[in-house]
Amino acid sequence: MSDSSTNGDGFGDRAKAAAGWPVMVSFQALNYPLSAIQRIVGIQGMPWIFLLPNLAFFGIFVVIPLFINFAFSLTGGTELFLGNRVYTGTEQYGFLLECETFGDPITCREDRFWKGLYNTAIFIIFQVTFLVLFSLITALILNQKIRARGFFRAVFFFPVLLSPVVVALIWKWILLRDGILNAFLVSVGMDKILFFVSPEWSMFWAVFVSIWAHMGFYTLILLAGLQAIQPDLYEAAEMDGTSKERVFWRITMPLLWPNLLVVLVLALIKGVQIFDEVFVLTGGGPGTATQFIVQYIYNTGFTEQVQNFGLASAASVVLGVVLFVLTITQLAVTRARDNG
Amino acid sequence: MTFDFGKLLATTAVAASLMVSSAFAETELRMTWYNDGNEGEVMQSLLDRFEAANPDISVTLDVVPYKSIIESLPIQLAAGEGPDLARVTDLGGLNKYYLDLAPHLSDTAYWEKSFGPFLNWLAPDSDQISGFMTQLTVTGPYVNKTLFEQAEVAMPGDGATWDDWATAVNKVAKKLDIPIPMAWDRSGHRVSGPAIAMGAKMFNAEGKPALVDGGLKEMAQLLYDWHQDGTMSKELWGSVSGSTYLGANEDFANAKVVMYMSGSWQIPQFADKIGDAFDWWAVPAPCGAAACTGMPGGAALVAMKDTKHPAEVGKLMDFLAQEENLAEFYGKTLFIPGHLKLAKGGVKFATDDPRAKHALETFSGAVPTISPVAFDLQGYKNNRVMFNALISRLNEAIVGEMTLDQAYERMEDDVAKQLAEKERN
Repeated sequence: MSDSSTNGDGFGDRAKAAAGWPVMVSFQALNYPLSAIQRIVGIQGMPWIFLLPNLAFFGIFVVIPLFINFAFSLTGGTELFLGNRVYTGTEQYGFLLECETFGDPITCREDRFWKGLYNTAIFIIFQVTFLVLFSLITALILNQKIRARGFFRAVFFFPVLLSPVVVALIWKWILLRDGILNAFLVSVGMDKILFFVSPEWSMFWAVFVSIWAHMGFYTLILLAGLQAIQPDLYEAAEMDGTSKERVFWRITMPLLWPNLLVVLVLALIKGVQIFDEVFVLTGGGPGTATQFIVQYIYNTGFTEQVQNFGLASAASVVLGVVLFVLTITQLAVTRARDNG
Repeated sequence: MTFDFGKLLATTAVAASLMVSSAFAETELRMTWYNDGNEGEVMQSLLDRFEAANPDISVTLDVVPYKSIIESLPIQLAAGEGPDLARVTDLGGLNKYYLDLAPHLSDTAYWEKSFGPFLNWLAPDSDQISGFMTQLTVTGPYVNKTLFEQAEVAMPGDGATWDDWATAVNKVAKKLDIPIPMAWDRSGHRVSGPAIAMGAKMFNAEGKPALVDGGLKEMAQLLYDWHQDGTMSKELWGSVSGSTYLGANEDFANAKVVMYMSGSWQIPQFADKIGDAFDWWAVPAPCGAAACTGMPGGAALVAMKDTKHPAEVGKLMDFLAQEENLAEFYGKTLFIPGHLKLAKGGVKFATDDPRAKHALETFSGAVPTISPVAFDLQGYKNNRVMFNALISRLNEAIVGEMTLDQAYERMEDDVAKQLAEKERN
């Protein structure tokens, strides 16, 4: 404990002392049970004790539902409780994978599952690429000494604070037949565009809105990475007369790579899981043009009169496997690059 | 800052008295409800009266979005965590969760006499009494009569076909530059009535679902063509996927639609929103080769079998189903009565709006012309499987993802797959 808390005579010191007192008492109170636990589990076991709350949370809300979901995928019927459901083995997986031609979803038994996978693949190719690109550019700009830098950082981060439903509704109102964008088009002598009737426009706006909503978060991660790079390296490069382009590729990018990898993996996982924003924005339409895999799972499990939990669970497992493979591949490629 | 001990005491006293008064209500019932118009307020006033007469029972009205009734309520019920009572529209589909009220009602003969045919919608496979219709609905079109008058186009009369109407609304829209000549609710239920009018049978000789036939194909082709030639805007049906419901009520209320195919439940909303801004006019269901019919339907208040208080639920249902209470409910909500005696003119509707009165007369008058096929379809407990397959696949054809023939094939597959899944239980 610092002397200031005991010997200080200013108001601030007295306030600190007053605020510190309950903390000290709490620590003292925790000391006895923790010492007792340490005597039982030993010093090596203590990290597990501290991890226990998180592990319990992770177990209850992630691991156990994972196994329950897998069990559901091996059953059929419409009963909700696992014990009442009919065991069907891998039949639901068979239904999902039954196709005459895999390249043509319409020939598949569950055509909407395949359309969902196809749409999700298109979405993540564009969304992840441009999300990472724009986040990087924004982070690089916001890392410069520009005017009102704090303001712009806030502006880019603000959409992250909004709920996905709010984001989608804002953009829906902008893009509707009588929305602001169409009003603008008319004011400059153009015709109105019915964005949500066109598959291409709908996919474009799904990608755009998703990037707009999430870019701030990834920009922040990259900005943190940029600020962690030692300024000495740039100064040395400047003294050596290294070109800006070379500095970017030889100093900035290699040192930013760990952050970039985090952004890439997170964006990919979030991209595959896309649902709420697009569901509110386009409803999956027109037709099935923006119906992604998670919406297929939701529709199959919840919106139909016959709620097919088995098939929805099987699709969730397939989605999980796809995500797992993507993440492992990405990590393997990165590790190979780091080692090689 | 001063501490007003008097205020604290007064607040505590009020809180305590509230707790004591609620403690007197030994039984709390929960009723899940959704609103189309003002029916929640009217129901609440009836519940207040019930609670005053039965201080040992309190009833909480949980008002939820309609989507929750369709998507969340079935899961709550399956988990045994549902409410004591709920207002539902999937009348036969949720039947396995309903309570047989008969042992708890004071006069089952009254219920059978008053709600006879509708009780079968709630219990297609048994004689149980589970609830009553909070409204009987009939699907049918509304037109913006003012636009017809402004365009000097004559409105097709009784016996007009869908083609006659399509020609007329296109003339009006063209003359007055109205963006949407015709709009339909995006719902399989809404399409089924006109399809039956064209001759769709919906069931085969064994009574099993047989969605696709000549009548349905004729109607589907019309809807497909109307979306291609601009009679109907793809904005409504084409802008979402699957079986998502979308209505054009707001576009109609904003005079952007000449003709709107929906149903009687829109009357209170139009009376309130449109008022006398223009003449919104209900017209008889257009005709096809087989009939001039809409679809019947409606919402029912049902008791759930997982309730821990069946006797109290029975008491409440007995109270709400009393003729004078239902007359008040239907009258104030402008709903077509689902009570046989009241349906014969026993309700004084609380409106002076001539458009609302005309619409109520039109839809009530349409009940005798409803095709028996439409009643059978409404009474079929898996009808939503058929409605959803119809609307979702037809929509995929309309936006060009598949041909109409592929859509018909998929509709039949979807129905067969879902029924097979249900059969596994």
